[in-house]
Amino acid sequence: MTTLESTKTALRKTALNPVHRALGAKMVDFGGWDMPVEYPTFHGRQGGLIAEHLATRNGVGLFDVSHMGDIRVHGPQAFEAIQHATMNDASALYDGRAQYSALLYPQGTFVDDIIVHKFADNDYFIVINAGTREKDVNWVKQACSKFNCTVEDVGDLYTQLAIQGPKAQNLLAKLTMTDLAAIKPYHFTWGEVLGLKSTLIARTGYTGEDGFEIYVPPDENTSARVWNEVLEAGKEFGILPCGLGARNTLRLEAKLPLYGHEISDSINVFEAGLDRWCKLEKGDFIGSDALKKVQQDGIKRKLVGLEMIERGIARDGYKVQDESGREIGSVTSGSPAPFLKKNIALAYVPPQFAEVGTKLKVEVRGQGIGAQVVPTPFYKKPKKS
Amino acid sequence: MAYPKDYKYTKEHEWIKVDGGTGTVGITDHAQNSLGDIVFVELPKVGADVTAGKSFGTVESVKAVSELFAPVSGNVTAINEELATAPEKINSEAHAAWMIKVKIANPAELNSLLSADDYEKFVAEEGH
Repeated sequence: MTTLESTKTALRKTALNPVHRALGAKMVDFGGWDMPVEYPTFHGRQGGLIAEHLATRNGVGLFDVSHMGDIRVHGPQAFEAIQHATMNDASALYDGRAQYSALLYPQGTFVDDIIVHKFADNDYFIVINAGTREKDVNWVKQACSKFNCTVEDVGDLYTQLAIQGPKAQNLLAKLTMTDLAAIKPYHFTWGEVLGLKSTLIARTGYTGEDGFEIYVPPDENTSARVWNEVLEAGKEFGILPCGLGARNTLRLEAKLPLYGHEISDSINVFEAGLDRWCKLEKGDFIGSDALKKVQQDGIKRKLVGLEMIERGIARDGYKVQDESGREIGSVTSGSPAPFLKKNIALAYVPPQFAEVGTKLKVEVRGQGIGAQVVPTPFYKKPKKS
Repeated sequence: MAYPKDYKYTKEHEWIKVDGGTGTVGITDHAQNSLGDIVFVELPKVGADVTAGKSFGTVESVKAVSELFAPVSGNVTAINEELATAPEKINSEAHAAWMIKVKIANPAELNSLLSADDYEKFVAEEGH
């Protein structure tokens, strides 16, 4: 265990950085951002990745996701621009509706996965990943350049907090008069939260749980006040502040893709299994020609869920083998799953090995450890009774 | 967290407690804290030889894999079987949750290890 000193480029910080440090969070460089990975303790309670993960599955967790970027596209041809630049069909959106989508390269591979919100006619708000912010902004500007619209990088205008878990609505209801039950999943509204008027409240997240993301003013004082009041209001629900460690294991159990892992500039939509959100029938868009060809020719590899059936943990980048030990693919994300209490992984393998029940191996430190293709998502939140 | 004065330490964050010709080995509180929630420990078999400064196993937390380095050379006389089912003991009591016992081959190797005070200083410097 050796700490490597790397050349320190200036890390970007969210407005809550001092708050995380005061809570004793372990900080890491994530996509150029100095972010909390976990909070070992919280007000004398046991914290850490597993406790944070379970708090989110069983009660509620609070995440600072202000490192995520945001792009606003508005103007007379904003709709046409969004249709051209993204793979989902924005004609299905209405005011207050959001959709999962992606920005694609002409070859049908990923610039990034995104959420597109329709604020109003010809006014869209796109949430993008932290590590790809500059790339995405430039890409969207270029993709929209031939349309009469304005593309603005508005990522620094918000502190974005994710309140996630089965108790998220109960918690947020203590802080707003807004009718939260009326906001369905992948919908949003504006309401007063903790005295902050016109706060964007979206029923979105990256944990596989019910939950909300709220966008508040980015100054340190307001950000810290909201953060602390959410934690205070969440006490009765067993809230924990959660870091990127739990965010990663939660999204992995729910099979939500992570850029640079399940999706990248060399993986196409069909390989990633995200074609449900790719509407080739909507008309031409960036990547559509290449994807029509992929649809005809078929894919050479497919994303599958693996569960380790022998003792061992699959990790990002580990090789996947068939039963005879021949290398057939690799793990994109692998980890112990704190809620499921299993060792799980996502991996790319040729389609003939993708059938549920197929026995495979993951090479762990030179040894093939038994694994099996299982249905995904690994975790599905229970239906409301 | 106090580092027991009668243990010796490596710069890779293992401890060894020497009792006659046998050394008991584990990882330090600093190590468990950096790793986070420990979920898996892979140890050598009883009877295996370990070499000072070389890997003798691995410890995994939810988010990371780390190699374990032997403080001394010798033959493994016991492993802590309890860690197979309760690896979180390393988080809760790192300086008691031992991993292996080694019959020390060359006691002189102990001289190059750190005292508790030196290890504490080393950790403080490493942590900036």
